[in-house]
Amino acid sequence: MMLGYQRSDGRKGIRNVIVVAYLVECAHHVARRIVDVSADMDVHLIGFPGCYPNEYSLRMMKSLCVHPNVGGVLIVSLGCEGFNREGLQAAVAVTGRPVDTLVIQERGGTASTIAAGAQAVAAMKASLAEVPRVPIGLEDLIIATVCGGSDGTSGLTANPAVGKCFDRLVALGSTCIFEETGELIGCEQIMAGRAVTPALGEAIQACVAKAAHYYTVMGYGSFAPGNADGGLTTQEEKSMGAYAKSGDSPISGVIKPGDIPPSNGLYLLDVVPDGEPRFGFPNINDNAEIAELIACGAHITLFTTGRGSVVGSAISPVIKICANPDTYKRMPDDMDIDAGRILNGDATLDEVGGEILAEIIAVAGGARSVSELLGHQEFILTYKSFEPVGPACLPVQARRA
Amino acid sequence: MTANEPNPLILLHDKDNVLACRRRVHAGETLLIDGVPIAVSSDIDVGHKLARIDLAAGDVVLKYGAPIGSITRPTRIGEHVHTHNMKSDYMAITTRQSTGEGAKS
Repeated sequence: MMLGYQRSDGRKGIRNVIVVAYLVECAHHVARRIVDVSADMDVHLIGFPGCYPNEYSLRMMKSLCVHPNVGGVLIVSLGCEGFNREGLQAAVAVTGRPVDTLVIQERGGTASTIAAGAQAVAAMKASLAEVPRVPIGLEDLIIATVCGGSDGTSGLTANPAVGKCFDRLVALGSTCIFEETGELIGCEQIMAGRAVTPALGEAIQACVAKAAHYYTVMGYGSFAPGNADGGLTTQEEKSMGAYAKSGDSPISGVIKPGDIPPSNGLYLLDVVPDGEPRFGFPNINDNAEIAELIACGAHITLFTTGRGSVVGSAISPVIKICANPDTYKRMPDDMDIDAGRILNGDATLDEVGGEILAEIIAVAGGARSVSELLGHQEFILTYKSFEPVGPACLPVQARRA
Repeated sequence: MTANEPNPLILLHDKDNVLACRRRVHAGETLLIDGVPIAVSSDIDVGHKLARIDLAAGDVVLKYGAPIGSITRPTRIGEHVHTHNMKSDYMAITTRQSTGEGAKS
């Protein structure tokens, strides 16, 4: 039986992490040093670099700091930045989690703030031991998926294997999230046909059209040079391969960063900002997407890679699934699952889907994923702007199991 | 291709006009395409595509049974299908050296 951490909002976590959150780049070094000095793999660094306030980044930071995998929060502010530190602290305090804010300008500067931060983290660790442990099941879990460093094998092995795993998870009552509407360009009609209502189907098509417009304005699609080296020729070919991660379950709704899926089932995360393009690329790298999935409550992210990504994440473990057998041979220590065996005929999609499910259960039960053990805790958050989702996006309002 | 080895080429959907490589295939190697032996004209890496039939400029490329772009110049059965003879019907792609060309938008 898996044991989780009971949170006051009813959600359950699979980790009990302390996050140290800096609110502007000027506070980054101090926050990082507090994490370093704490020397604990469950003390993680997150933060926002900008000095200008931004509604999206405040919402993201609030969602991340009250994520069920988080047990306590230390906020590190320089003092003069625009970030609403009082609002963030209040959002954490209302959940009953320990939270503290250190303002460097009021604490006497770098060295004294690092010392105060290290003390605050140590005090929080003691209170984290008191968080109630409760049984946690697959129906409590939100599992997300993302692909990075895709190649021609991604859509043959790892992505459809994740799709098989997602189908089993949805059948078992879990909540699953797939994303990156810019990497679904070309799949919009097929995807709309899987929506639980026609209006949701139209909303899905509108999301992808928004992504296509946004990327066209940016001048680059979601297609990196390595994708072509790996045999992918067009955005829509990459999309079809990426789309396979979603499996065959009906699509229950569309959410935006920071929205918690209202029911179990399969959800699409719309990551492309609303309105005219303002702040640059929707997600500047894979970790920006992972941070958004975690802000939607993801306990674990399934990361498929063909070329060989090495990343993990702060807050929620990443399970890496290697699509390409040659890549696996080159960097086996960075991969949790070897899906490339499917190409040699040594395993079927269903078998690898089952291996991924077993790994989810192990990691949810406390086993460390490879990227966790290697110390990967990447995190990035940049400026964006979103409107709330429309009523057609969430036709299923059933309470989570 | 040895007797024990699965066909190095995968057909992902009956409607497809390209095949994906399970492993790197080599120039001059003879592979079975729909039961017909065809000599491959160049080395083609794992995950890359080759033509299942003769393709003409403007033909829509189908993979997973779905359109993934179109052919830009005549391509023979067994020939590598990639950025040199195929383009997106949505948006250009980029390489490390240059921005892409040939897409609609």
